[in-house]
Amino acid sequence: MNGFLVFPIIIPLIVATLALLFRKSSVMQRWIGVTGMVILLASVIVLFRDVYVDGIQVLQLGDWDAPFGITLVGDMLSMLMLGISAVMGLIIAVYSLYDIDKERERFGYYPLLHILLMGVNGSFLTGDIFNLYVWFEVMLIASFILLALGNSKNQLQGALKYVIINLFSSLLFLFGVALLYGMTGTLNMADLAQRLPEVENVGLVTTVSMIFLVSFGIKAAIFPLFFWLPASYHTPPVAISAIFGGLLTKVGVYALIRVFTLLFTQDIGYTHTILMWVAGFTMVIGVLGAASHYEFRKILSFHIVSQIGYMIMGLAFNTALGLMGAIFYVLHNILAKSNLFLISGIAQRLLGTFELKQMGGLYKHYPFLAVLFMISAFALAGFPPLSGFWAKLTVVKAGLAVEAYVLTATAILVGLLTLFSMMKIWLTAFWGTVPEKGVPEHFGKIALFGAGNLYIMVVPVMAVAGLILLVGLYAQPLLEVCLIAAEQLLNPSVYIEAVLGPQ
Amino acid sequence: MLIMVALIFGIALMAPWIFKLFREKTGWVLALLPLGSFVYLLSWMPHIADGNTVTQSTAWVNMDFFSVNLSFYLDGLSLMFGLIITGIGTFIVLYGGGYLSGSAYLPRFYSAILLFMGSMLGVVIADNLISIFVFWELTSFTSFLLIGFTHEQENSRRSALMALLVTGIGGLAMLAGLILMGFATGQWEVSALLNEGDIVREHGLYLPILLLILAGAFTKSAQFPFSFWLPAAMVAPTPVSAYLHSATMVKAGVYLLARMHPVLGFTETWMLLVGGFGLATLLISAWLALSYTDMKQILAYSTVMSLGTMMMLIGLGTELAMQALAVYVFSHAMYKGALFMVAGAVDHEAGTRDVLKLGGLRALMPISAAAAAVAALSMAGIPPLFGFVAKEIVYEASLGATLWPVLIITVAVIANIAIVAASAIVVLRPFFGTAVETPKKAHEAPLSMWIGPAMLAALSVVFGVLPFLIDSALMLPAAAAVWGAPLDFYLSLWHGINLPLILSILTLAGGILVYRVWDPLRESAPMKVWQSGFADYPVRGYDATVNGMLSLAGWQTRVLQNGLISNYLSTIIITALIAVGYTFLSRSGLVWNPSFADVTIYEWALSIGIVASLGIILAFGHSRLTMIVGAGIVGFGLALIYLIHGAADLAMTQVLVETLTVILVVLVLIHVPKLKEVRSTTTRVRDGVIAVAAGVLMTLLIFAVTALPFDAFISEFYAEASYPLAHGRNIVNVILVDFRALDTMGEVIVVAIAGLAVYALIKMTRHGATQK
Repeated sequence: MNGFLVFPIIIPLIVATLALLFRKSSVMQRWIGVTGMVILLASVIVLFRDVYVDGIQVLQLGDWDAPFGITLVGDMLSMLMLGISAVMGLIIAVYSLYDIDKERERFGYYPLLHILLMGVNGSFLTGDIFNLYVWFEVMLIASFILLALGNSKNQLQGALKYVIINLFSSLLFLFGVALLYGMTGTLNMADLAQRLPEVENVGLVTTVSMIFLVSFGIKAAIFPLFFWLPASYHTPPVAISAIFGGLLTKVGVYALIRVFTLLFTQDIGYTHTILMWVAGFTMVIGVLGAASHYEFRKILSFHIVSQIGYMIMGLAFNTALGLMGAIFYVLHNILAKSNLFLISGIAQRLLGTFELKQMGGLYKHYPFLAVLFMISAFALAGFPPLSGFWAKLTVVKAGLAVEAYVLTATAILVGLLTLFSMMKIWLTAFWGTVPEKGVPEHFGKIALFGAGNLYIMVVPVMAVAGLILLVGLYAQPLLEVCLIAAEQLLNPSVYIEAVLGPQ
Repeated sequence: MLIMVALIFGIALMAPWIFKLFREKTGWVLALLPLGSFVYLLSWMPHIADGNTVTQSTAWVNMDFFSVNLSFYLDGLSLMFGLIITGIGTFIVLYGGGYLSGSAYLPRFYSAILLFMGSMLGVVIADNLISIFVFWELTSFTSFLLIGFTHEQENSRRSALMALLVTGIGGLAMLAGLILMGFATGQWEVSALLNEGDIVREHGLYLPILLLILAGAFTKSAQFPFSFWLPAAMVAPTPVSAYLHSATMVKAGVYLLARMHPVLGFTETWMLLVGGFGLATLLISAWLALSYTDMKQILAYSTVMSLGTMMMLIGLGTELAMQALAVYVFSHAMYKGALFMVAGAVDHEAGTRDVLKLGGLRALMPISAAAAAVAALSMAGIPPLFGFVAKEIVYEASLGATLWPVLIITVAVIANIAIVAASAIVVLRPFFGTAVETPKKAHEAPLSMWIGPAMLAALSVVFGVLPFLIDSALMLPAAAAVWGAPLDFYLSLWHGINLPLILSILTLAGGILVYRVWDPLRESAPMKVWQSGFADYPVRGYDATVNGMLSLAGWQTRVLQNGLISNYLSTIIITALIAVGYTFLSRSGLVWNPSFADVTIYEWALSIGIVASLGIILAFGHSRLTMIVGAGIVGFGLALIYLIHGAADLAMTQVLVETLTVILVVLVLIHVPKLKEVRSTTTRVRDGVIAVAAGVLMTLLIFAVTALPFDAFISEFYAEASYPLAHGRNIVNVILVDFRALDTMGEVIVVAIAGLAVYALIKMTRHGATQK
């Protein structure tokens, strides 16, 4: 039993409540918003240490033994996901200090951000399939409002598509849970893992796995279920795009990894082959979607889809190397992708637009910003010595090891197209000449660290770029914990025993 | 060696600040870095010459089945390349300082060129397969920055991207090849792989491994048909061209294949592919060089020709070819580096590089002229220069080819005739003849810009006259490393009158003849065809690929991401139907044994009533209001079903929620404009079919699941434990607030946040409206 497991859920709740109490005061909102993230990060670090030292941690809520109550489980995968979510939460909160207007602050931006993280963290920690559904709902409502907050026509249109499609995903999820319950009589995931292999009609279990694949696939934005993402992610303020683009789809990926390693391993030849196809198509369609756009944030949004493909690819191989690669890919991608969104926001502040055709001159006038972009963009494209290199290397190596040559070749080609998409931004916004018309007066005059507090947006970007570099240059520790996570996933008995006790 | 590479990278990143300290003198200070590395490498030369090798290894990532070492391996081959990179690098840093003097981007240039040097050095001395790839990618990245140096010009950006993509795809292919080779042998260090050649050659994956690695080498070293990016990259400032495209980056592919020769070579496939591509490249590009008048373009194509020659030699795979390779690489670096730098100096001082607009500069730029003359003579292969030694041995190796020696030597001679002519063009036209009015008033380049060419030209003389200075010290170990076993040979200027010498004389005579008719020849129809076929079409192919990809992308996005939520939803639902339905039918099969025995008449009536009324309303209803009523009917019907099963409190909750929902939605909808019917009958039918199919599938699944035995142990536990342990009589309540309290908390939050949302959406709109 480890009581700390509840903190990543409770802390955002308390912080959100506090922030709501001081709704009128912008200053208090900001202080509470950022401090809350610091406390959350600290609690996650403590928890991480426990899991690293003592193995999987479990908390039976209300002291009802599993499978009768709800169990919180922290294994290495959960910890890594929690860790990255807490880090990004802090980064986004700081960035928001400048990016988010007073109006949105007044209408509950910070509480919503924390509730969003509460839903995300709950999803990572829960060991109960129905409880996972509840956290998905929390996440969905918070993210819907964050998307719509501001009421611009674009935002509402995007948010509507987002919420309708995601509600369909919830519906499927619920249906799937009901069927699982009907087959096994339990909702606890460890208990499910134990009982599902005993179900006589194995084919039915596989069928239910497809319901989860579609439901979580919508959340993760895989092909052909991703439509809501490119329709909505470029509409809200950048801070929100960044946390959505980085974090939210990865919750779907997390859920896929969880159920396809713990619950649905009856018919790997069938399910995981489907995952491979999904991975390939998702990569290709996503990167082509990115190539077809000429707006900074739309390129980034569509490109999220592509990268999800790599993570599914690692999962599909179902080997230690593959899963390690998938998990590493998730972590790296959250850093790189969020950072690119954040940079797009700074570029927009300087040039007044996200349209590449009206951008230019950033390399000439803001070389430091150019370096930050380079680090993030080339990391995304998998260049050494940045974080993305290890992600690419492990996934490619895993693919060649299981002789999935076509998929690996696809992954490699898509890597090149990723580079192409990123360079499209670089060649215009950074290397291109300053457009003659429509450039704000202040372009080239205000400094990143000068008056005007732009540094509040730059410092978080620097921090993430630093992490990307650190992970790239000194990859060993993170790769090791990713391997621990992967090995735990491949040996579900450890998870099951931790939850249900020695069998 | 790790320290050396790290130091180069570190200082490169600090270059902008170093520039602030030394301003104009920065080049002289920073040149100490490559010079120091050169001296360091040179200090290993005696050790290597004695037949030793050096390995140093540091673990970068070290895990059971996933480890990457930052390891380095110095033998004759890597030493030779390392010396070229650092030696010419020293002059380039000086030269760049002069060439770009006064440019605001000079500090960025120093950073980029030094980063490039570090990466390039890394490629040739890295031992681990993965670290070779790491440095290889870094050269692609840094050369991208350097080629696009004058980034405000559209052309520069285009060429930079072209180089990045072409070499990038090759690099990625190479990575796959290297990993497969690592898997095949279990060895990840080149030094260990060198003894595993037989395993690789006999492995089932030999051909894929070879092709993937060749893709990397051919793109990087600009072999036809991937050669187009190199001439395009000449938009870069000349120091960059001189360094990347004469001495270093383009030779990375040559290096890689030379390095891998003992492992992958000695097969017929190798000879045909490497030799064949090399031979085609050298012939095509030698004559392409003659179709341009820009000095840099001429030099660029002559470089591609040299790269082809090197590939051809690697492909020949004989002892003699390996010796020729070492000598040729070394001599090429010296004369081509010098010629590029001189071309840049001419451009810098006279304002143009077009040989038709230049003439008689030798009086104004005597040192540059002398350096250019010597280097060009070396390139043309005229004694007593080192280039002559190289050409003799190349001819000798070609004659000794095991496959088709006649073809090879003929092609080699024809190509070299063009190169002799090109050598003449780049030196005679600008520097000799009558003086021509140039865009800028020409004068001698500053010291920093002529010292490099002068020194390199001098070395061409020294090594030509005294080849024993380097033959056993440098050339022999390099050739032996490519050969994979110790060799014994010596170089000399004079071999007596033999076939290679006669061929050399023939080449020279032919070259002079071609030079004399160059002006009409350049404009002639065959030359134009040659140019459009081999220089323009590959570029068009590249453009077509990129544009094709873009239009495919655009088409795909228009089809998939068409903005219509109804299309999105139907695609998603159809996907779900196919995935779930197909799996159900193929994996489980239909399970159909429902027992309707205990279904009461009321339940029948309710179920049928709900489904039928909903169906009718959805099919024929046209206003939002009727649809809401339809949804309401379903809700109230469900409440009745709960009631029949004795769950009075659930039924009550359901009725309340349903009533509230319907009232709220109706209230909202009153204010919404009337629904315009946009759906055609076909789409309505389509949607209907999808809906019915989804409903049927869900029903079938429920039947299949209920056909399995149900283990009610949890409900039983709740029934037993509710009162004694949780102190509640109402089991549902206890479940909600105790057994599964976390769910309830989550849902409470959802409702609370929804309230917040409604408030924000209403208030903010109002606020926004008053603001306007």
